Amino acid sequence: MSVVIENPVLHATEALHDANPMLPSAFVVRAVAKETYDTFTLAVEPQNGVGTAFLPGQFSMLWVYGVGELPISISGNPAEPQHLVYTIRSVGAATHALVSQKVGSAVGVRGPYGTAWPLEAARGRDLIIIAGGIGLAPLRPVIYEVLNHRSDYGRLVLLYGARSPRDLLYRKELKSWARQDDTQVLTTVDYGGLSWRGHVGVVTTLFKFARLQPAKSVAMVCGPEIMMRFVLRELDAVGLRREDVYLSMERNMKCGVGLCGHCQYGPHFICKDGPVFRSDIVRPLMEKYEL
Amino acid sequence: METLERIISEHPFFADLASPYANLITGCASNIRFEPGTYIFREGGQADVFYLVRSGRVGLEIFPPHRKPILLGTVGQGEILGWSWLLPPYQWKFNARATESVRAIALDGKCLRTKCEENHDLGYELLKRFAQVIEKRLEATRLQLLDVYAVA
Amino acid sequence: MVARTHVVVEANQLDQLIQALARRGYDAIGPTVRDGAMVLDHLDSARDLPAGWTAEQGPAHYRLQPLPRPAFFAYAGGPQSWKKYLHPADVCLYAAERQNGAFHILNNDAKPERPYAFLGVKACELSAIKIQDRVLMGDKYRDPVYEARRKQTFIVAKQCTKSGPTCFCASMGTGPEVKDGFDLVLTEFAFDGQHRFVVGIGSERGEEVLSELHTAPASREDLQKIQAGIASASEQERKIDTAGLKDLLYANFEQPRWSKVAERCLTCGNCTMVCPTCFCTTVEDSTDITGRAERLRRWDSCFSINFSYIHGGSIRTSASARYRQWLTHKFAAWIDQFGTAGCVGCGRCIVWCPAGIDVTEEIRALQEKQHGNS
Repeated sequence: MSVVIENPVLHATEALHDANPMLPSAFVVRAVAKETYDTFTLAVEPQNGVGTAFLPGQFSMLWVYGVGELPISISGNPAEPQHLVYTIRSVGAATHALVSQKVGSAVGVRGPYGTAWPLEAARGRDLIIIAGGIGLAPLRPVIYEVLNHRSDYGRLVLLYGARSPRDLLYRKELKSWARQDDTQVLTTVDYGGLSWRGHVGVVTTLFKFARLQPAKSVAMVCGPEIMMRFVLRELDAVGLRREDVYLSMERNMKCGVGLCGHCQYGPHFICKDGPVFRSDIVRPLMEKYEL
Repeated sequence: METLERIISEHPFFADLASPYANLITGCASNIRFEPGTYIFREGGQADVFYLVRSGRVGLEIFPPHRKPILLGTVGQGEILGWSWLLPPYQWKFNARATESVRAIALDGKCLRTKCEENHDLGYELLKRFAQVIEKRLEATRLQLLDVYAVA
Repeated sequence: MVARTHVVVEANQLDQLIQALARRGYDAIGPTVRDGAMVLDHLDSARDLPAGWTAEQGPAHYRLQPLPRPAFFAYAGGPQSWKKYLHPADVCLYAAERQNGAFHILNNDAKPERPYAFLGVKACELSAIKIQDRVLMGDKYRDPVYEARRKQTFIVAKQCTKSGPTCFCASMGTGPEVKDGFDLVLTEFAFDGQHRFVVGIGSERGEEVLSELHTAPASREDLQKIQAGIASASEQERKIDTAGLKDLLYANFEQPRWSKVAERCLTCGNCTMVCPTCFCTTVEDSTDITGRAERLRRWDSCFSINFSYIHGGSIRTSASARYRQWLTHKFAAWIDQFGTAGCVGCGRCIVWCPAGIDVTEEIRALQEKQHGNS
């Protein structure tokens, strides 16, 4: 069995990082919004005014002065390159430092890096977006892009699962997306409280309620790895071809530019060959233990 | 009666069910509605019915002592609610409460159990379908157990 | 053998070579004896070279041994490789200062003061340098630290005429013949009372430096002796059968052999430190009391427990998973990533593993298991 290294997903045109890919540019924090008790969205703008275009699915390396640097998916609107938006869950020292930034302070930004969601391949077809937890953040730019160019795409189905109602992200937008033409938004939580009127169950339980046309669909999946494994099996059962299913993987990253070796997943560097992968390329690896 | 039979055979749970069986099942069926907030059944109660949900949503709840009640799952349109009627002790394990207005077909458990004992082929058709539902619920429950969104 | 100009230089002129390089602004680096080992360090003169020393090597075994002859380069390899200089273990990527919430980068100068001149680079090491060139300069993003050091490096290679017991460059296709990528290549003739070098010229600047030395043309016998030496060095005790190795490793993630080797592996990471191609690094942030921040790049090892850490824990916690990662990367994934295997057969990992784990043995065991099954 040989692993196919070629990832046919789009590469973005890189900003000029030939000189020194490890040097960050200074970006000023313009807004910090609280999404949930532990998740915040930062909007930053370049200190020197030069905007950075990005493709949905890409990430930046965000540096907090003196504390550390982390890979964070860009979760803003690709039609607005004048600022970059990141939704960050505070789970440790570095993420805590990021979400604690005050408006007006500067953070270091490198990137955008990585491969993008296959919006080209999805033109004229239906999109099935399946997100778990913070996994909705790297998928939100896809939704924006589709809504920006609605007639270029077919039906849009979003299946979104979170742990509990208080963990749901982008609640207002979820409602507004659901009202769009030819768009179905289904939300579920693993555990509900009595005031929750919506669906309860893991995200795979939403499939039976989704109006899908598998033969003309492209699926994009992002969430905890176990959740993605179950979702991929469900997509198999529903009849999608593995070449039409894409997912976003995550591994430890120290440099984001393929030089430090940390993010390797089999032969793939998540930072260069991913994070977005076509599912048939990574599925053989997903079943392996401790890879 | 005829309309009921059509509704039953068109419900996803009974997809591909041969008409003689659909006919038998209809003999135990009746239409039912629940207002939002109604308890359809309660934990510990006698389980002698199951429901084909036609529209609306039902929440499965449990009230652990000293903790807030937890909504463990929901059952919606096209799904079935309740399988405790199938196997002894025929007792509900959870509460089921309509979170929205629910339209359903109620199937009398005692009536069906009798018919299944008399007609094992019917029994097999029912059990096949329930096995699938239970397997999917078990898989989903295990995934829920993994608590994949937890931080550590 | 590749056709090139060969001249003879008496061994007592080696110091002239070092001084000629120093006059041209190079920092001469080569082997020297220190702390009971052959290490790489700055050379002031030929006296710093390990004349009359060799090293006895085997799995988890290394001892310096005196030689009856005065040879300078009669050793197979020490715990260090040229990556010590080209891909240094500690680098300050940049420093920054902050004012009113904004910050600016202070310095990012990656260049060392003087370019290096490496003396005694063996074929396997040349291959390793080429491999790191590919990884660090030949891919999507270039490493400016490596590039600044690598671009001007002057290489005086050494042609091995004998292999050590832990060498297996022949089966990896990376030696023992020094083929290209150097400025000068030395073959040492230190026997029967003679002590001279046959020098092969590999570049214009190599020729230019050599012009300061007294040279004589090399004879056909000299070249034949070199050929014979290469042939002799190619007979190695250890081998790796690389045919189909990539696919075999990919197909054997669940082999019990990984658990077996894990019983012995301490995950100390020595192998990754001495390996001339291992390139993994980590970055650390620090601040001082003036508020200046620094980003420091350090060597890292896939054997370290936090190497694969993402929120929630590390992906590879068991020793078997970490050993498997290293071996599979070196002999399989590297091929998909960079076009060649990552191993040059220098054997350092075998020598410096405290448990004496031998990669040639591990691979053979995996291959035997596979073929036993088919």
